[in-house]
Amino acid sequence: MAEKLIFERSRPGTRGALIAPLDVPGKGVDALVPPGLRRAVEPVLPEVSEPVVVRHFTNLSVLNHHVDKDFYPLGSCTMKYNPKINDRMAALPGFASLHPMAPEASIQGALALMWELERALAEITGLPAISLQPAAGAQGELTAMLIARAYHRSRGDEARVEVVIPDSAHGTNPASVAMAGMKAVEVKSNAEGRLDLEALQAVLGPRTAAMMLTNPNTVGIFERRIDEIAKLVHAAGGLMYLDGANMNALVGLVRPGDMGFDMMHLNLHKTFSTPHGGGGPGAGPVAVRSDLAPFLPAPTLVRDGDLYRLEENRLMSVGRMHGFAGNFLVLVRALAYIRSLGASGLAEVSHQAILNANYLLARLAPTYAVKYPGPCMHEFVLSAVKQKKQGARAADISKRLLDYGFHAPTTYFPLIVEEALMIEPTESEPLGTLDRFVEVMIEIAAEIERDPENVRNAPHTTPVIRPDEARAARQLRVKWTPTRNDG
Amino acid sequence: MQHPFIPRGEGEEAQMLEAIGVSSFETLLAPIPQHVRLGRWLDLPEPQSEYQIARQFEALAALNDVPSRFTSFLGAGAYDHFVPAAVDHLSFRSEFYTAYTPYQAEVGQGTLTTIFEFQSMLAELTGMDLANASLYDGASALAEAALLAASVTGKSKIVVAGPLHPNYLQVLETYCRGQGIEVLCDPSADGVINRGWVRDSLPGAAAVVAQSPNFFGLVEDVSGVFADARSQDAKAIQVFLPHALPLYKTPADMGADLAVGEGLALGSPPSFGGPALGLFTTKLEYARHIPGRLVGETVDRNGKRAFVMTLRTREQDIRREKATSNICTNQALLALRATIYMSMLGPQGMRDVAEQCLEKAHYLAERLASVKGFALPYKGTFFQEFVVQTPRPAWEMIAEARARGVLPGVDLARFPGLQTGTNRMLVCVTEKHTRADLDGLVEVMREAVRG
Repeated sequence: MAEKLIFERSRPGTRGALIAPLDVPGKGVDALVPPGLRRAVEPVLPEVSEPVVVRHFTNLSVLNHHVDKDFYPLGSCTMKYNPKINDRMAALPGFASLHPMAPEASIQGALALMWELERALAEITGLPAISLQPAAGAQGELTAMLIARAYHRSRGDEARVEVVIPDSAHGTNPASVAMAGMKAVEVKSNAEGRLDLEALQAVLGPRTAAMMLTNPNTVGIFERRIDEIAKLVHAAGGLMYLDGANMNALVGLVRPGDMGFDMMHLNLHKTFSTPHGGGGPGAGPVAVRSDLAPFLPAPTLVRDGDLYRLEENRLMSVGRMHGFAGNFLVLVRALAYIRSLGASGLAEVSHQAILNANYLLARLAPTYAVKYPGPCMHEFVLSAVKQKKQGARAADISKRLLDYGFHAPTTYFPLIVEEALMIEPTESEPLGTLDRFVEVMIEIAAEIERDPENVRNAPHTTPVIRPDEARAARQLRVKWTPTRNDG
Repeated sequence: MQHPFIPRGEGEEAQMLEAIGVSSFETLLAPIPQHVRLGRWLDLPEPQSEYQIARQFEALAALNDVPSRFTSFLGAGAYDHFVPAAVDHLSFRSEFYTAYTPYQAEVGQGTLTTIFEFQSMLAELTGMDLANASLYDGASALAEAALLAASVTGKSKIVVAGPLHPNYLQVLETYCRGQGIEVLCDPSADGVINRGWVRDSLPGAAAVVAQSPNFFGLVEDVSGVFADARSQDAKAIQVFLPHALPLYKTPADMGADLAVGEGLALGSPPSFGGPALGLFTTKLEYARHIPGRLVGETVDRNGKRAFVMTLRTREQDIRREKATSNICTNQALLALRATIYMSMLGPQGMRDVAEQCLEKAHYLAERLASVKGFALPYKGTFFQEFVVQTPRPAWEMIAEARARGVLPGVDLARFPGLQTGTNRMLVCVTEKHTRADLDGLVEVMREAVRG
């Protein structure tokens, strides 16, 4: 039996919340809303009592896999543990109930907190100027691309509209470049899974605005020739941008500013443990070298002695990215995380993330193909080419993992690895979990040898099984309608 | 001892390194050139316990004007509506809270079903054909709508009719500037839309943008400018206010092609403006052009109803530079909170809230206008927000009220682009205000006038 929708639980005459009676003399809607502006038909919303609401959403919730339940080896997403103290701090009424348009004197605590976070992120990245406005990594990328464009324009260099991107890059990179009105130029990777420097040189030139690079890259290995890459891009007049999605490998170990990057974004919902929330919210602060600071989004946070203010008047700025000050309550959580771990804890995070990934890689390499050998950083990519020949593909292995209570790895990404299974254990997983995952992965490979059909038909135990995606797109139903679902 | 977040027991590292086949952890770092290594601790404080952190953060939070000490009449895009306790309780469940985007539909039906419910409620509320799974905030939702209009019309001019939230305008300009799209604003607008100016500006436009209720709180009949837009093959984009919709004509009634708004107040506190909830709705014909995630209904292998993310080929991870937007992470948890909120309130609760905002705002406006030196500069019909003319500069009145525990409104002089002078303030009322709160504000203003 499928779960009902909340609309299907509706019982006329019931409600879930009480609104206190009006305590001022009322004039009536008819007197206050002109007839020409009045709504004709009431919206059909569910009529449900509080216990029905609570049961409905509780029962839906348990259909989800989640970090607090078990291993979530989703590569590139850094599904680490989300410490609970962070949420308690974000729920403090002085933060959660604070109004974004309150006078400056009313918001000094919030601004001080943002200042502390900016300083911490500047130290972590080695890039001194920060904007906390971008609401997610992709918005951070867009912000940085707009900065690159504005920077070149300020130097009278209108022709620089090309952004060089490796073929292993996240999809957001080329999409952000296009959104900034620039052109993505792809560079292929070499046999090591690293950037091909000759191919890079071939595309650099007077039209190069920037290079977007993920390091460690999306196959989980460090671009060891990062110095040469940065030198080449800088010599061509371009800026170096780091996609900070993989920062969990680097915190306290390498600072992007020290390896030639001029700007980057951070995903606070990855590296700094703020909960993913089923797809958001995140936060994607941007860090830049000091001479790029004037281009950061307005307003910027300024400290005058003991007072903080948001400076709106910034002539060189790319403009505003967020309606208010960014995803503030996410920022509160990230600072709490940084304070919890401190310098030594943060370094230990990347250390253990790298150790966990290499351990899994070493133990799985005899069973699954590895296109680019390690050592890896915080994640790695397996290839199910052998298993494909035996009758089950990467997607099938992913689905089979669900039967064992694990989430699937990132599947078919990066695009340069055939039958890719991208695995990121993070520092949060104990050895026992890693060993259990290894055993299951080996067992699935053995199962494919003896009974590939069972894996092809997986999962067998989940609430729904292989929903028909083609049908969803062909017969588009994106809302409940009263007539169709009634009864 | 290890840090509490890191479950590595004694002796395990050696055991793991042996399994990896290296003699030291350092070997794993060989690909990183020595000279780019930090080689020192980060200059950050040492690890702190929960109670140390709580003490510091509580001290910072106490520097802000907290609701227990202040009565606030601030709105201007962020609204403090009542949030039932069940919203926090349910949305903080680990199952929702610590899950990723439901790419694996088999273990994400909880999130997928709630997004489908969210989309359904938004469509009902706005009258539009479909809603996506959320964008970052109202401002970027507007920017995305403008980019969609430019993309489907092949034109590169956006006409902003009447007073739009100045921050939304700035975000719209940022997004448009990148793609060389011109944003035109009405310099002559005085409180409401000047339809003549809009008509003159429309030729060559991809879209006309109208906010209603507008930034000054005035509810406008935008159907006229939307009809003008249609006649020039421009798309009509309305910025709507979800809490007003139970009482007022919907964006669909007005003839909008795209309707966007801020949904933070649907189940979340003001949160210093974020994380917010970008609401994005449109007509079915634009389904394949929309930004962000969309959940659709289907059946699984056994014919059981199931929900999946659909029309995925619009998105960045598949279409890359040809994607309709770069958005990936959105505001799913806020959308969940809005869904629980609307479920709790139901049609009657949503209507009760809207009626109370309307009645109490009018009660307050009338009484404030009767204070010597105060006036209501705009005559149009309003919902829960209105502009008052103050006898002395608004910032002075605000500072004096604040000293008496009241945040009376937003000083419009903070937005120089509005050119409304120094003596105007935007006041907002919600269902949470009591008669004593409203009378209290009037009294404080009266005292402030006396000085």
